[in-house]
Amino acid sequence: MTSFAHLLELEDVHTHLQLKQGVVQAVNGVSFSVDAGETLGIVGESGSGKSMTALSIMGLLPRRGAVVKGRIRFKGRELTALSEDEMEQIRGTDVAMIFQDPMTSLNPVYRTGWQVGEPLRIHRHMKTRASIAAAIGLFKKVGIPEAEKRVREYPHMFSGGMRQRAMIGMGLSTSPSLLIADEPTTALDVTIQAQILDLLRTLNQEAGTATILITHNLGVVAGMCDRVIVMYAGRIVEQGRTEDVFAHPEHPYTWSLLRSIPRIDADEHLPLRAIEGSPPDMVRLPPGCKFQPRCPFAISRCATEEPELITVREQLARCWVTQDGTSLDQAAAGG
Amino acid sequence: MSNAPAVVAALQPIRRIRIPLLELARTHRRVTVSAVLVALLFLVALAAPVIAPHDPLATSPDNSYLPPLSPGHLLGSDELGRDLLSRILWGARVSLPVAFVAVAVGLVGGGIVGMLSGYAGGIADLLLMRLIDALLAFPGLILAIAIVAALGPGLRNAMIAIGVVAIPGYARLVRALVLQLKQMEFVTATRSLGATPMRLILGHLIPNLLNPIIVQISLSAGFAILAEATLSFLGLGAQVPTPDWGQMINTGSGFLDNDPWLAIVPGAAISLTVYAFNLLGDSLRDALDPRLRS
Repeated sequence: MTSFAHLLELEDVHTHLQLKQGVVQAVNGVSFSVDAGETLGIVGESGSGKSMTALSIMGLLPRRGAVVKGRIRFKGRELTALSEDEMEQIRGTDVAMIFQDPMTSLNPVYRTGWQVGEPLRIHRHMKTRASIAAAIGLFKKVGIPEAEKRVREYPHMFSGGMRQRAMIGMGLSTSPSLLIADEPTTALDVTIQAQILDLLRTLNQEAGTATILITHNLGVVAGMCDRVIVMYAGRIVEQGRTEDVFAHPEHPYTWSLLRSIPRIDADEHLPLRAIEGSPPDMVRLPPGCKFQPRCPFAISRCATEEPELITVREQLARCWVTQDGTSLDQAAAGG
Repeated sequence: MSNAPAVVAALQPIRRIRIPLLELARTHRRVTVSAVLVALLFLVALAAPVIAPHDPLATSPDNSYLPPLSPGHLLGSDELGRDLLSRILWGARVSLPVAFVAVAVGLVGGGIVGMLSGYAGGIADLLLMRLIDALLAFPGLILAIAIVAALGPGLRNAMIAIGVVAIPGYARLVRALVLQLKQMEFVTATRSLGATPMRLILGHLIPNLLNPIIVQISLSAGFAILAEATLSFLGLGAQVPTPDWGQMINTGSGFLDNDPWLAIVPGAAISLTVYAFNLLGDSLRDALDPRLRS
């Protein structure tokens, strides 16, 4: 195998969606890399482009979407240049993906064991019987009790957490080097969330599978990820090591997100803090910084010129205010 | 363990692994009764040469116009002295295959159109659905008559005509189901495993369509029987002297005043057959509908 600098590398990726209302620039100039064994978090609210980024990597964009510019390199291979056949070889073998809604991500008419064995039948040309035997092993690996019995059950007989475990087992069946988890815990209740995250963390550590964890939950990122990317309106607004970003956010959006996490030790009479306003209309984005209309720190320049993603202290951020070294915490306290 | 879950899984409410067929029969009596009825009809068609008391084509002028329950002629005889019971039994060998082929034409044609339309979407969907709308704009029987008139009378053309008339129903059903299934994440999930679109459609989507399609098959089989009888009644389907129910009614209609059973007996055969298929479709729909399942 040829040598490559990073396991996965995105360079200035632009993904557009053609809608009736106009063109949505769902992913706009996104660049990042993931190294083997690493866990990267992608955070953002609905419509910020995080899922579209994942689907761009997988080559599974909806019909009206396309990567119009940029490079996506996986193990040194340019994915955007591959044919559909070649992508099918990569999907499910070296890159796997798990989805948000475990209730609908399994096919209701097949037994779970049969489904978990599907990648093995597709890529390893296993026979049904052997693939189900392998599924029993995978069920055990992802902590599904009574695996021999459970592989014969249908998805509706599984709880949400068990289904997500089965999905993870399916994703891991071919020992991929990259696992993309698109909001894997959003549809689960809190105790189950913790179990699933534990499982992902264990598998990441044991098998060295690099993981991209897409979430809108900053707590999940804090507990799981080496590095984090914050997306807003299809752009990366902040990117860095998790501890740096959490300790001193350099983009007002990240700062507001962190501040809006309810704290158990807060005065119970104070209202919860939300980010004012609503996400921008992706068809008609404002000029300048896309977060400017909602930004408590905005200066006049923000409305007209869009800042670049540049190094601010230990991380990258896209903000005029912090570029000169201004700390958002101090600015908030002072202003 | 077998992993050909297709029909078995679709028919069995998936409550427990491998529900014996007997239990299913007990919980869904209407399905059982109608399924037995339909099975009997097929059995009759298969066994007609053995169980028919007379040659359905053998005329015997001395024994014409015998009323039902006459000795040797349970259902009587017609104007040429042919045994009605034998003709009815042999008639099943015409009606059921016609229905079978017509349903197959409708299912395959409509299934492909609906699948393409639903899966591909966009301009293909738009064009195919306008085509289906055009077919739907005609009342079914009128369209079938028009097609047979264009192709020429005969059983083969009747099958094609009835099949074409059945296409829109299947196309719309399959398209609606595929559109609904496409929203489910397992479709993207299966693609993300590296499954080709073909594998996704054949291996993962079609098994999800089986329940409603089985219902549609039995309902449209009922329609096909009726349509075949209508075409034959009008002289566009089976030709003399083939023993065919629709055609027997046509002949019998000339003797309604004195010998009404000549039309009533084949009419009853048609009614019973259509009823059996409709009952099967109806009861299957209820049995397979998860909302109605207690």
